[in-house]
Amino acid sequence: MENKIKSIQVLGSGCPSCHKLFELTKQAVKELNLEAEVEYVDDIQKIISMGVMQVPVLAIDGKPVLTGFVPDIEKIKSLLSKGKC
Amino acid sequence: MDIFYPVKLLADWLAPNAALNFFIYDTIKIFILLSVIIFIVSIIRSFLPPEKIRAILSHKNKYTGNIIASLFGIITPFCSCSAIPLFLGFVQAGVPLGTTFSFLVASPMINEVALVLLLGLFGWKIALVYIVSGLIIAIISGIIIGKLKVENLVEPFVYQNTINGNTDLPKMSQKERLTYAKDYTLDILKKVWPYVLIGIGVGALIHGYVPADFLAKYAGNDKWHAVPLAVLIGIPLYSNAAGVIPLVSALTEKGVAMGTTLAFMMSVTALSLPEFMILKKVMKIKLILIFAGIVGAGIMFTGFLFNLILK
Repeated sequence: MENKIKSIQVLGSGCPSCHKLFELTKQAVKELNLEAEVEYVDDIQKIISMGVMQVPVLAIDGKPVLTGFVPDIEKIKSLLSKGKC
Repeated sequence: MDIFYPVKLLADWLAPNAALNFFIYDTIKIFILLSVIIFIVSIIRSFLPPEKIRAILSHKNKYTGNIIASLFGIITPFCSCSAIPLFLGFVQAGVPLGTTFSFLVASPMINEVALVLLLGLFGWKIALVYIVSGLIIAIISGIIIGKLKVENLVEPFVYQNTINGNTDLPKMSQKERLTYAKDYTLDILKKVWPYVLIGIGVGALIHGYVPADFLAKYAGNDKWHAVPLAVLIGIPLYSNAAGVIPLVSALTEKGVAMGTTLAFMMSVTALSLPEFMILKKVMKIKLILIFAGIVGAGIMFTGFLFNLILK
């Protein structure tokens, strides 16, 4: 009944908050026991093509779900679990 | 009647010492203002993210575009790491270069943290002077850059990609907007509180222990060179804007002219060395220098003007 998340991406320009989001997301994936790998993308063109202009971006299966700020880990977990159903 | 009168009473009760009193009063006031105003701005922004602003701007003609872009700049936060995505995102969606620059100038210069500090420490008149001058600088700089036809100074790859500017972002529910605003406010508070405290703290020491008009002979109204100097010093200070403003508010009390102070704060927020370094990825150094030159000239003009007016 659950659609599994195929890919999780953190997109950023290499700034400190982008790395923080990447670390938090990796931890959230681990705590939720998800199989998907978290990928860090710093290709700005890719971010722009998604239609987003603020970094950092959290994207699930290529769709941006969070842009422009670093939330706490609970928020990331809830986004990741929402993406499943 | 001052809505912060209760805070004043509290500070008086806690500390009769001038410096300490100043510190307690300003700290409480600034943190209340920061929480309330950042929260309100975040709510507004949740309705108008940059992606939506871009869709609006790509349909506007030149002059209206510059004005609207500058106004939108007020509600958009701007950290130097967003400079590239914003620039690419705007230009590739067909927003004219001049309009994009108006936005790039206004966005960091008129940001909510600076506004709160100006409002809390200088009062609403100076805050308004700052906003209006900032808007005018952003609008005019954008119009000039648009007229200069500098498209050839942008790295060619920028124009090789075009994108559809009408993005559909996930719609936010009422509750999500509130959560977003709360998270964002906390995030900003977490980021700026040490700077604000240090700024107010040092400001309080100056307030309590430095004689009034001590600085007038170095940076008073009649010292024209104080303005360009203030602009130069402001360029590398961007990341500490939150701490710099409380500090300069105390310096103003000790004789630094108001125009010089305004120019300094504008330079701190609008001209940022890290942002220039980042922009090098998408434009030639010549364009960055033109950009910094025009904005810097506008800031200096504002400084001189208000040194004349606000005696």
